[in-house]
Amino acid sequence: MKSVIAEDLVKTYRKGSVKALDGLSLDVTEGTVLSVLGPNGAGKTTTVRILATLLAPDSGRATVAGIDVIKNPEKVREVIGLSGQYAAVDETLTGWDNLVMFGQLYHLGKTKSVARANELLEKFSLTDSARRPIKTYSGGMRRRLDLAASLIVRPKVLFLDEPTTGLDPRGRQEMWGVIEELVKDGVTLLLTTQYLEEADQLADEIVVIDYGKVIARGTSDALKKQVGGERLEVIVEQSQISAVVEIVQRVSGASASIDEGLRKITAPVSSGSTALVEVLRAMDTSGIHPLDIALKRPSLDDVFMSLTGHAAEDQVVEVAKKARGGRP
Amino acid sequence: MNGITDALIITKRQLLQLARVPEVLIFSTIQPIMFVLLFRFVFGGSISTGAPGGYVQLLMPGIFVQTVAFTLAATASGLAEDMKKGLIDRFRSLPIARSALVFGRTLGDSTLNIVVLFAMGLTGFIVGWRPSSGILKISLSFVLLLFFGYALSWVGIYAGLSARDARVVQNVSFLITFPLTFLSNAFAPTTGMPKPLQYVAEWNPVSTMVAACRELFGLKNQFGVTANSFPSSHPVTMSLIYMVIIMVIFVPLSVRKYSTTANR
Repeated sequence: MKSVIAEDLVKTYRKGSVKALDGLSLDVTEGTVLSVLGPNGAGKTTTVRILATLLAPDSGRATVAGIDVIKNPEKVREVIGLSGQYAAVDETLTGWDNLVMFGQLYHLGKTKSVARANELLEKFSLTDSARRPIKTYSGGMRRRLDLAASLIVRPKVLFLDEPTTGLDPRGRQEMWGVIEELVKDGVTLLLTTQYLEEADQLADEIVVIDYGKVIARGTSDALKKQVGGERLEVIVEQSQISAVVEIVQRVSGASASIDEGLRKITAPVSSGSTALVEVLRAMDTSGIHPLDIALKRPSLDDVFMSLTGHAAEDQVVEVAKKARGGRP
Repeated sequence: MNGITDALIITKRQLLQLARVPEVLIFSTIQPIMFVLLFRFVFGGSISTGAPGGYVQLLMPGIFVQTVAFTLAATASGLAEDMKKGLIDRFRSLPIARSALVFGRTLGDSTLNIVVLFAMGLTGFIVGWRPSSGILKISLSFVLLLFFGYALSWVGIYAGLSARDARVVQNVSFLITFPLTFLSNAFAPTTGMPKPLQYVAEWNPVSTMVAACRELFGLKNQFGVTANSFPSSHPVTMSLIYMVIIMVIFVPLSVRKYSTTANR
């Protein structure tokens, strides 16, 4: 069953001159994690905002947990949790204050709100800092609290918009741990990210979007396959290069490329580990010992490059612009 | 009535903020008290009024009105801050009435006014303010002041939601409130102003409010060119009319703006 369905979403800004979404469609199967992967400005946040009823699309249809997002936004808000790019909690209040307040706004009543707040603080290892103002929290703690706030009513569908953007590596690891826990509990999750590693780690399925459109979808493995199969890479001493090229080409059946500077020989292989063993055996027979040998699968970076024609890191300039001029 | 409960939870949040960061309350009370002392002792000696009881009698209504007028700025910057932090998105994704947040905030800012007005009244009393009209009329004037602050806080909501940057909000709202409060009868009689300016100053809602309070505190109002016009002879009624006009325009405008405004 599909928990989230979006069909042909179009959203333009500034009287049509900026197209944020250009006929975007996606769906999320109940109990799975879909990662929406794309650079800044690709339309990730706009997609989440439409699905979370914060923004109305110009055209297109969307349902969340079977409820129409445009016709019945109030009903949708009862079954979703949203955690945005910026920890959206009241910084002057304590973590406990915030969770109790949001619990009451979900109409849990005071007693239940307090119980749920304590439960969530415990779950996200925030009990020790529960009575401190959020201002004193680290970036990772803020995000965890923000996530806790979006889980108060045990949402049927959870939207996480770039949950680890701006966190240091440790904060990111902690956040991933927390999200993986949620996934184990069976939450349906739509997660946007610009980190290929993050999508790889957390998602059951990935949609890659660029310029407001889905340009590819599939599992991480399928996407990698789409870009091309495995490659065999061997690094050897300068004097042995020609001998090894001969071996590699014989096993691969295709011509190998040679990086003289790195003394690296690369060739596509179809049979994966069998090819690896074969090459090793042949080299051993000839008395050649490689400095390094590896079977490489394309990374999601490669996927992005081949799909969009530009690297996912292209957007650094845009991020800097955003930091200077506020949000677009 | 979930809508009302939701709004009250938002109001409670603001009061909780004051409890967590008491400095905010302390400083927002100290500033008007400073104004009272400043005008009473520094400028007061040079402003001749001829009023019985001295300048402080005329001054207090003026400062009360000025202080509640600044609610506009407080509401606007508070809301702009929430927008900047992304908090508005969270509220908008909750299953609560869209109007709950803005109603809650206007109520919260008015609650703060109660504390501030009380502190100012006490200070005024210490430095010689003695309203002579009796408890009922005095209470009535404070109710009027609170409503005036409440009405202006809706303008603040609109300003806060419209501004593109939180830092601009503070400046813009002072740009609105400063001329409004000084181009009035709040601190000095309008009779000394150039004639064309007297029209502006005496029709100014701040002036009718100040005149209304003076009347309710048992003072005689002095007007220049507009002395016989409706606002000058019926300041209480005129002030109420102004408040109704402000609310009728800005409540629906702000609520609509809130439901459509995206986070910046």
